[in-house]
Amino acid sequence: MSEYDHGPSDRHALRAEALESLLREKGLVQPEMIDAVVRQYEQDIGPMNGAQVVARAWTDPAYKQRLLHDGTEAIAELGFGGPQGEHIVVVENTSAVHNVVVCTLCSCYPWPVLGLPPSWYKSPAYRSRVVREPRAVLAEMGLALKPEVEIRVWDSSSEVRYLVLPQRPAGTEGLGEAELAACVTRDSMIGVGQPMSPSAAEHPDPDV
Amino acid sequence: MNGIHDVGGMHGFGAVRKEADEPVFHTRWEGRLFALVNLCLGVGIGNIDRFRHAIERLSPASYLTESYYGRWLAALETLLEEEGVVRRSETDARERGEGPPAAMAPAPSPTSGAARRRVDTPPRFAVGQPVRARNLNPPGHTRLPRYARGKCGVIVRVHPAWVFPDTNAQGRGENPQYAYGVRFGAEELWGPEAEPGTAMHLDLFESYLEPVSDEG
Repeated sequence: MSEYDHGPSDRHALRAEALESLLREKGLVQPEMIDAVVRQYEQDIGPMNGAQVVARAWTDPAYKQRLLHDGTEAIAELGFGGPQGEHIVVVENTSAVHNVVVCTLCSCYPWPVLGLPPSWYKSPAYRSRVVREPRAVLAEMGLALKPEVEIRVWDSSSEVRYLVLPQRPAGTEGLGEAELAACVTRDSMIGVGQPMSPSAAEHPDPDV
Repeated sequence: MNGIHDVGGMHGFGAVRKEADEPVFHTRWEGRLFALVNLCLGVGIGNIDRFRHAIERLSPASYLTESYYGRWLAALETLLEEEGVVRRSETDARERGEGPPAAMAPAPSPTSGAARRRVDTPPRFAVGQPVRARNLNPPGHTRLPRYARGKCGVIVRVHPAWVFPDTNAQGRGENPQYAYGVRFGAEELWGPEAEPGTAMHLDLFESYLEPVSDEG
Protein backbone atom coordinates (compact mmCIF):
# COMPACT_ATOMS: atom_id res chain seq x y z
CA MET A 1 0.00 0.00 0.00
CA SER A 2 1.45 3.39 -0.95
CA GLU A 3 1.20 6.37 1.35
CA TYR A 4 -1.55 7.78 -0.91
CA ASP A 5 -3.59 4.62 -0.72
CA HIS A 6 -5.34 5.33 2.55
CA GLY A 7 -8.51 3.37 3.31
CA PRO A 8 -11.38 5.10 5.10
CA SER A 9 -10.10 3.97 8.50
CA ASP A 10 -6.70 5.60 7.91
CA ARG A 11 -8.38 8.85 6.89
CA HIS A 12 -10.59 8.68 9.95
CA ALA A 13 -7.59 8.00 12.18
CA LEU A 14 -5.81 11.13 10.89
CA ARG A 15 -8.92 13.26 11.21
CA ALA A 16 -9.68 12.02 14.72
CA GLU A 17 -6.09 12.64 15.74
CA ALA A 18 -6.28 16.22 14.40
CA LEU A 19 -9.45 16.87 16.39
CA GLU A 20 -7.98 15.33 19.52
CA SER A 21 -4.84 17.47 19.36
CA LEU A 22 -6.89 20.65 18.87
CA LEU A 23 -9.23 19.84 21.75
CA ARG A 24 -6.25 19.11 23.98
CA GLU A 25 -4.52 22.40 23.13
CA LYS A 26 -7.74 24.26 23.80
CA GLY A 27 -7.78 22.68 27.26
CA LEU A 28 -11.13 20.97 26.70
CA VAL A 29 -9.98 17.37 27.11
CA GLN A 30 -6.98 15.78 28.82
CA PRO A 31 -5.19 12.82 27.28
CA GLU A 32 -5.31 10.83 30.50
CA MET A 33 -9.09 11.23 30.57
CA ILE A 34 -9.30 9.82 27.06
CA ASP A 35 -7.14 6.87 28.09
CA ALA A 36 -9.32 6.30 31.16
CA VAL A 37 -12.57 6.25 29.18
CA VAL A 38 -11.17 3.79 26.63
CA ARG A 39 -9.82 1.54 29.38
CA GLN A 40 -13.14 1.59 31.24
CA TYR A 41 -15.14 0.43 28.24
CA GLU A 42 -12.54 -2.09 27.14
CA GLN A 43 -12.06 -3.64 30.58
CA ASP A 44 -14.51 -2.69 33.30
CA ILE A 45 -17.89 -2.02 31.70
CA GLY A 46 -19.40 -4.94 29.82
CA PRO A 47 -21.90 -7.80 29.85
CA MET A 48 -20.17 -9.37 32.86
CA ASN A 49 -21.85 -6.62 34.88
CA GLY A 50 -25.31 -7.45 33.58
CA ALA A 51 -24.61 -11.15 34.14
CA GLN A 52 -24.08 -10.45 37.85
CA VAL A 53 -27.41 -8.63 37.99
CA VAL A 54 -29.20 -11.55 36.31
CA ALA A 55 -27.54 -14.16 38.53
CA ARG A 56 -28.53 -12.21 41.63
CA ALA A 57 -32.12 -12.01 40.39
CA TRP A 58 -32.14 -15.77 39.79
CA THR A 59 -31.00 -16.54 43.32
CA ASP A 60 -32.63 -13.80 45.40
CA PRO A 61 -36.41 -13.38 44.92
CA ALA A 62 -36.52 -10.13 46.89
CA TYR A 63 -33.77 -8.67 44.68
CA LYS A 64 -35.62 -9.78 41.57
CA GLN A 65 -38.72 -7.99 42.80
CA ARG A 66 -36.74 -4.79 43.36
CA LEU A 67 -35.06 -5.18 39.96
CA LEU A 68 -38.36 -5.44 38.11
CA HIS A 69 -39.84 -2.59 40.16
CA ASP A 70 -36.94 -0.13 39.67
CA GLY A 71 -34.11 -1.45 37.53
CA THR A 72 -31.84 1.57 37.97
CA GLU A 73 -31.96 1.41 41.78
CA ALA A 74 -31.53 -2.35 42.04
CA ILE A 75 -28.63 -2.32 39.56
CA ALA A 76 -26.99 0.45 41.60
CA GLU A 77 -27.05 -1.92 44.61
CA LEU A 78 -24.42 -3.99 42.76
CA GLY A 79 -22.39 -0.87 42.03
CA PHE A 80 -23.35 -0.34 38.40
CA GLY A 81 -24.61 2.91 36.92
CA GLY A 82 -23.54 5.87 34.84
CA PRO A 83 -23.95 7.14 31.29
CA GLN A 84 -26.78 5.49 29.35
CA GLY A 85 -27.91 3.80 32.53
CA GLU A 86 -29.80 6.62 34.19
CA HIS A 87 -33.16 4.95 33.65
CA ILE A 88 -32.95 1.17 33.21
CA VAL A 89 -36.08 -0.93 32.92
CA VAL A 90 -35.73 -4.70 33.28
CA VAL A 91 -38.17 -6.86 31.33
CA GLU A 92 -38.60 -10.49 32.36
CA ASN A 93 -38.81 -13.46 30.02
CA THR A 94 -41.28 -16.16 31.00
CA SER A 95 -42.55 -19.30 29.29
CA ALA A 96 -45.30 -17.13 27.77
CA VAL A 97 -43.45 -13.89 26.91
CA HIS A 98 -40.08 -13.24 25.28
CA ASN A 99 -38.56 -9.73 25.20
CA VAL A 100 -36.08 -8.32 22.70
CA VAL A 101 -34.48 -4.87 22.61
CA VAL A 102 -33.60 -2.55 19.73
CA CYS A 103 -32.97 1.12 19.00
CA THR A 104 -34.37 1.81 15.54
CA LEU A 105 -33.30 5.48 15.46
CA CYS A 106 -29.69 5.16 16.62
CA SER A 107 -27.89 2.76 18.97
CA CYS A 108 -29.28 3.27 22.50
CA TYR A 109 -28.11 0.48 24.79
CA PRO A 110 -27.69 0.07 28.59
CA TRP A 111 -23.95 0.73 28.79
CA PRO A 112 -23.40 0.18 32.56
CA VAL A 113 -24.68 -3.39 32.40
CA LEU A 114 -23.86 -4.47 28.83
CA GLY A 115 -20.98 -2.20 27.77
CA LEU A 116 -21.01 -0.87 24.22
CA PRO A 117 -23.24 -2.58 21.67
CA PRO A 118 -21.93 -5.08 19.11
CA SER A 119 -21.92 -4.03 15.45
CA TRP A 120 -24.94 -6.12 14.51
CA TYR A 121 -27.07 -4.28 17.11
CA LYS A 122 -26.17 -0.98 15.42
CA SER A 123 -26.71 -2.30 11.88
CA PRO A 124 -29.62 -1.15 9.70
CA ALA A 125 -30.41 -4.84 9.09
CA TYR A 126 -31.20 -5.54 12.75
CA ARG A 127 -32.80 -2.17 13.45
CA SER A 128 -35.07 -2.28 10.40
CA ARG A 129 -36.17 -5.89 10.66
CA VAL A 130 -36.54 -6.84 14.31
CA VAL A 131 -39.49 -4.49 14.74
CA ARG A 132 -41.38 -5.87 11.75
CA GLU A 133 -40.44 -9.55 11.82
CA PRO A 134 -38.95 -10.32 15.23
CA ARG A 135 -39.79 -14.01 15.13
CA ALA A 136 -38.02 -14.47 11.80
CA VAL A 137 -34.97 -12.44 12.89
CA LEU A 138 -34.64 -14.34 16.17
CA ALA A 139 -34.92 -17.67 14.34
CA GLU A 140 -32.20 -16.57 11.91
CA MET A 141 -30.03 -15.65 14.88
CA GLY A 142 -30.51 -19.13 16.30
CA LEU A 143 -33.40 -18.53 18.66
CA ALA A 144 -36.49 -20.39 17.43
CA LEU A 145 -39.43 -19.58 19.70
CA LYS A 146 -42.66 -21.55 19.86
CA PRO A 147 -45.55 -19.82 18.06
CA GLU A 148 -47.48 -19.50 21.32
CA VAL A 149 -44.72 -17.41 22.93
CA GLU A 150 -45.56 -13.70 22.63
CA ILE A 151 -42.64 -11.59 21.46
CA ARG A 152 -42.39 -8.05 22.80
CA VAL A 153 -39.98 -5.77 20.99
CA TRP A 154 -38.77 -2.74 22.97
CA ASP A 155 -37.68 0.19 20.80
CA SER A 156 -35.42 2.40 22.93
CA SER A 157 -36.91 5.57 21.51
CA SER A 158 -36.54 7.74 24.62
CA GLU A 159 -34.46 7.75 27.83
CA VAL A 160 -35.25 4.20 28.97
CA ARG A 161 -32.55 1.60 28.44
CA TYR A 162 -33.77 -1.98 28.56
CA LEU A 163 -32.21 -5.09 30.07
CA VAL A 164 -33.81 -8.47 29.45
CA LEU A 165 -33.98 -10.84 32.43
CA PRO A 166 -33.69 -14.24 30.75
CA GLN A 167 -35.19 -17.42 32.18
CA ARG A 168 -32.91 -19.44 34.41
CA PRO A 169 -31.74 -22.51 32.50
CA ALA A 170 -32.87 -25.94 33.63
CA GLY A 171 -30.34 -28.01 35.50
CA THR A 172 -28.80 -25.08 37.40
CA GLU A 173 -30.56 -25.70 40.73
CA GLY A 174 -27.44 -26.24 42.80
CA LEU A 175 -25.31 -23.48 41.30
CA GLY A 176 -24.08 -20.37 43.10
CA GLU A 177 -24.21 -16.82 41.79
CA ALA A 178 -20.78 -16.85 40.14
CA GLU A 179 -21.46 -20.11 38.29
CA LEU A 180 -24.85 -18.82 37.20
CA ALA A 181 -23.36 -15.51 35.99
CA ALA A 182 -21.04 -17.53 33.72
CA CYS A 183 -24.16 -18.93 31.99
CA VAL A 184 -25.58 -15.46 31.24
CA THR A 185 -24.68 -14.28 27.74
CA ARG A 186 -24.79 -10.76 26.34
CA ASP A 187 -27.26 -11.91 23.69
CA SER A 188 -29.62 -13.34 26.31
CA MET A 189 -29.75 -9.91 27.98
CA ILE A 190 -30.61 -8.23 24.63
CA GLY A 191 -33.15 -10.95 23.92
CA VAL A 192 -31.64 -12.52 20.80
CA GLY A 193 -30.33 -15.60 22.62
CA GLN A 194 -30.78 -17.80 25.67
CA PRO A 195 -28.38 -18.29 28.56
CA MET A 196 -25.88 -21.13 28.18
CA SER A 197 -26.16 -24.43 29.98
CA PRO A 198 -23.59 -24.88 32.76
CA SER A 199 -21.62 -27.35 30.62
CA ALA A 200 -21.47 -24.90 27.68
CA ALA A 201 -20.45 -22.12 30.09
CA GLU A 202 -17.20 -23.95 30.74
CA HIS A 203 -16.25 -23.39 27.08
CA PRO A 204 -17.92 -20.09 26.27
CA ASP A 205 -18.33 -18.62 22.82
CA PRO A 206 -17.20 -14.99 23.14
CA ASP A 207 -19.59 -13.81 20.44
CA VAL A 208 -22.76 -14.27 22.40
CA MET B 1 -36.68 14.65 10.21
CA ASN B 2 -37.68 11.87 7.85
CA GLY B 3 -34.06 10.77 7.61
CA ILE B 4 -32.26 7.62 6.60
CA HIS B 5 -31.51 6.89 10.27
CA ASP B 6 -35.19 6.10 10.87
CA VAL B 7 -34.95 2.58 9.50
CA GLY B 8 -37.60 0.75 11.58
CA GLY B 9 -39.68 -1.47 9.29
CA MET B 10 -37.66 -0.89 6.11
CA HIS B 11 -36.93 -3.72 3.70
CA GLY B 12 -33.74 -4.44 1.83
CA PHE B 13 -30.94 -4.50 4.40
CA GLY B 14 -30.51 -8.25 4.27
CA ALA B 15 -29.49 -10.66 7.02
CA VAL B 16 -28.20 -9.63 10.44
CA ARG B 17 -24.50 -10.43 10.31
CA LYS B 18 -22.59 -11.16 13.48
CA GLU B 19 -18.89 -10.53 13.60
CA ALA B 20 -16.78 -13.27 15.18
CA ASP B 21 -14.57 -12.24 18.14
CA GLU B 22 -15.67 -8.62 17.88
CA PRO B 23 -13.52 -6.27 19.97
CA VAL B 24 -15.03 -3.29 21.84
CA PHE B 25 -13.18 -0.97 19.44
CA HIS B 26 -11.82 -2.16 16.09
CA THR B 27 -9.05 0.41 15.91
CA ARG B 28 -7.31 2.77 18.30
CA TRP B 29 -8.97 5.85 16.80
CA GLU B 30 -12.47 4.45 17.38
CA GLY B 31 -11.84 4.19 21.11
CA ARG B 32 -10.28 7.65 21.33
CA LEU B 33 -13.10 9.17 19.28
CA PHE B 34 -15.70 7.49 21.49
CA ALA B 35 -13.97 9.05 24.51
CA LEU B 36 -13.68 12.47 22.82
CA VAL B 37 -17.40 12.59 22.07
CA ASN B 38 -18.33 11.64 25.62
CA LEU B 39 -15.86 14.06 27.16
CA CYS B 40 -17.01 16.92 24.90
CA LEU B 41 -20.66 16.28 25.81
CA GLY B 42 -19.61 16.00 29.46
CA VAL B 43 -18.04 19.45 29.51
CA GLY B 44 -21.15 20.96 28.00
CA ILE B 45 -20.21 21.23 24.32
CA GLY B 46 -23.63 20.81 22.75
CA ASN B 47 -25.75 17.99 24.13
CA ILE B 48 -26.54 14.41 23.21
CA ASP B 49 -29.63 15.40 21.23
CA ARG B 50 -27.59 17.81 19.12
CA PHE B 51 -25.02 15.08 18.59
CA ARG B 52 -27.66 12.56 17.46
CA HIS B 53 -29.17 15.16 15.15
CA ALA B 54 -25.74 15.81 13.63
CA ILE B 55 -25.56 12.11 12.73
CA GLU B 56 -29.04 12.24 11.24
CA ARG B 57 -28.07 15.19 9.04
CA LEU B 58 -25.42 13.20 7.19
CA SER B 59 -26.49 12.61 3.61
CA PRO B 60 -28.39 9.33 3.28
CA ALA B 61 -25.60 7.91 1.10
CA SER B 62 -22.93 8.82 3.66
CA TYR B 63 -25.00 7.49 6.52
CA LEU B 64 -25.21 4.08 4.91
CA THR B 65 -21.66 3.84 3.60
CA GLU B 66 -19.80 5.26 6.59
CA SER B 67 -18.82 2.98 9.45
CA TYR B 68 -20.54 3.55 12.80
CA TYR B 69 -17.64 5.54 14.20
CA GLY B 70 -17.17 7.23 10.83
CA ARG B 71 -20.63 8.71 11.44
CA TRP B 72 -19.59 9.73 14.96
CA LEU B 73 -16.50 11.45 13.59
CA ALA B 74 -18.49 13.45 11.06
CA ALA B 75 -21.07 14.36 13.72
CA LEU B 76 -18.41 15.47 16.21
CA GLU B 77 -16.91 17.76 13.56
CA THR B 78 -20.35 19.24 12.90
CA LEU B 79 -21.03 19.72 16.61
CA LEU B 80 -17.66 21.39 17.27
CA GLU B 81 -18.11 23.68 14.27
CA GLU B 82 -21.66 24.67 15.22
CA GLU B 83 -20.74 25.22 18.87
CA GLY B 84 -17.88 27.44 17.76
CA VAL B 85 -15.25 25.21 19.40
CA VAL B 86 -13.23 23.91 16.42
CA ARG B 87 -13.62 25.18 12.87
CA ARG B 88 -13.32 22.70 10.00
CA SER B 89 -10.57 24.83 8.48
CA GLU B 90 -8.59 24.42 11.70
CA THR B 91 -8.95 20.65 11.54
CA ASP B 92 -8.03 20.65 7.84
CA ALA B 93 -4.83 22.54 8.59
CA ARG B 94 -3.97 20.36 11.57
CA GLU B 95 -4.50 17.23 9.50
CA ARG B 96 -1.94 18.57 6.99
CA GLY B 97 0.44 19.30 9.82
CA GLU B 98 0.01 23.07 9.34
CA GLY B 99 -1.41 25.91 11.36
CA PRO B 100 -0.43 27.37 14.75
CA PRO B 101 -1.02 25.68 18.10
CA ALA B 102 -4.58 26.28 19.23
CA ALA B 103 -5.21 28.82 21.99
CA MET B 104 -6.91 27.83 25.23
CA ALA B 105 -10.69 27.93 24.94
CA PRO B 106 -12.94 29.50 27.59
CA ALA B 107 -13.51 27.13 30.51
CA PRO B 108 -16.56 25.00 29.74
CA SER B 109 -19.42 24.44 32.14
CA PRO B 110 -19.71 20.71 32.77
CA THR B 111 -23.15 19.14 32.66
CA SER B 112 -24.36 15.85 34.10
CA GLY B 113 -26.15 14.95 30.89
CA ALA B 114 -29.03 13.63 32.96
CA ALA B 115 -32.33 14.19 31.18
CA ARG B 116 -34.73 13.95 34.10
CA ARG B 117 -36.59 17.13 35.08
CA ARG B 118 -39.40 18.11 37.41
CA VAL B 119 -42.59 19.42 35.89
CA ASP B 120 -45.43 20.87 37.91
CA THR B 121 -48.34 19.53 35.88
CA PRO B 122 -49.63 15.97 36.23
CA PRO B 123 -49.19 13.51 33.34
CA ARG B 124 -51.86 13.90 30.68
CA PHE B 125 -52.28 10.16 30.07
CA ALA B 126 -52.77 7.18 32.39
CA VAL B 127 -51.94 3.48 32.19
CA GLY B 128 -54.54 1.60 30.17
CA GLN B 129 -55.57 4.63 28.13
CA PRO B 130 -55.77 4.21 24.35
CA VAL B 131 -53.75 6.80 22.44
CA ARG B 132 -52.70 7.61 18.91
CA ALA B 133 -49.20 8.65 17.92
CA ARG B 134 -49.70 11.89 16.03
CA ASN B 135 -48.78 12.12 12.38
CA LEU B 136 -45.90 14.53 12.82
CA ASN B 137 -43.20 15.12 10.22
CA PRO B 138 -40.89 17.75 11.72
CA PRO B 139 -37.88 18.72 9.61
CA GLY B 140 -35.65 18.65 12.70
CA HIS B 141 -34.76 16.03 15.30
CA THR B 142 -37.50 13.82 16.69
CA ARG B 143 -37.71 10.55 18.61
CA LEU B 144 -41.05 9.57 17.09
CA PRO B 145 -40.20 6.87 14.53
CA ARG B 146 -42.08 6.98 11.24
CA TYR B 147 -43.47 3.48 11.62
CA ALA B 148 -45.53 4.51 14.68
CA ARG B 149 -47.00 7.75 13.34
CA GLY B 150 -50.77 7.77 13.06
CA LYS B 151 -50.95 4.38 14.79
CA CYS B 152 -53.02 3.51 17.88
CA GLY B 153 -51.67 1.90 21.01
CA VAL B 154 -52.23 1.70 24.75
CA ILE B 155 -50.29 3.38 27.56
CA VAL B 156 -48.55 0.70 29.63
CA ARG B 157 -46.23 2.87 31.74
CA VAL B 158 -45.92 6.51 32.75
CA HIS B 159 -42.28 7.58 32.80
CA PRO B 160 -40.83 10.62 34.57
CA ALA B 161 -40.50 13.92 32.73
CA TRP B 162 -37.41 14.30 30.59
CA VAL B 163 -35.78 16.97 28.44
CA PHE B 164 -37.63 17.05 25.09
CA PRO B 165 -35.08 16.03 22.45
CA ASP B 166 -36.90 17.70 19.55
CA THR B 167 -36.30 21.19 20.92
CA ASN B 168 -33.12 20.48 22.90
CA ALA B 169 -31.40 19.33 19.70
CA GLN B 170 -32.01 22.69 18.06
CA GLY B 171 -31.32 25.25 20.75
CA ARG B 172 -35.01 25.80 21.39
CA GLY B 173 -34.93 24.88 25.07
CA GLU B 174 -35.41 21.80 27.20
CA ASN B 175 -39.23 21.89 27.36
CA PRO B 176 -39.34 18.87 29.69
CA GLN B 177 -42.38 16.64 29.44
CA TYR B 178 -43.55 13.18 30.48
CA ALA B 179 -42.89 10.18 28.34
CA TYR B 180 -44.99 7.03 28.17
CA GLY B 181 -44.42 3.38 27.42
CA VAL B 182 -46.90 2.65 24.63
CA ARG B 183 -47.76 -0.80 23.36
CA PHE B 184 -48.78 -1.25 19.72
CA GLY B 185 -50.16 -4.45 18.24
CA ALA B 186 -48.08 -5.73 15.33
CA GLU B 187 -51.06 -5.70 12.99
CA GLU B 188 -51.75 -2.05 13.78
CA LEU B 189 -48.21 -1.23 12.63
CA TRP B 190 -47.63 -3.68 9.80
CA GLY B 191 -51.10 -4.68 8.62
CA PRO B 192 -51.83 -8.16 7.30
CA GLU B 193 -48.09 -8.85 6.87
CA ALA B 194 -47.56 -8.67 10.64
CA GLU B 195 -46.13 -11.68 12.44
CA PRO B 196 -48.75 -13.19 14.76
CA GLY B 197 -48.12 -13.03 18.49
CA THR B 198 -45.78 -10.04 18.43
CA ALA B 199 -46.11 -6.52 19.82
CA MET B 200 -44.04 -3.32 19.84
CA HIS B 201 -43.29 -1.15 22.82
CA LEU B 202 -42.08 2.42 22.30
CA ASP B 203 -41.35 5.22 24.74
CA LEU B 204 -43.05 8.34 23.42
CA PHE B 205 -43.11 11.91 24.66
CA GLU B 206 -46.42 13.45 25.66
CA SER B 207 -46.60 15.86 22.74
CA TYR B 208 -46.26 12.94 20.29
CA LEU B 209 -49.54 11.50 21.57
CA GLU B 210 -53.23 12.33 21.40
CA PRO B 211 -56.19 10.63 23.07
CA VAL B 212 -58.24 8.29 20.93
CA SER B 213 -61.78 9.60 20.93
CA ASP B 214 -64.78 7.29 21.32
CA GLU B 215 -65.85 7.72 17.73
CA GLY B 216 -62.30 7.36 16.44
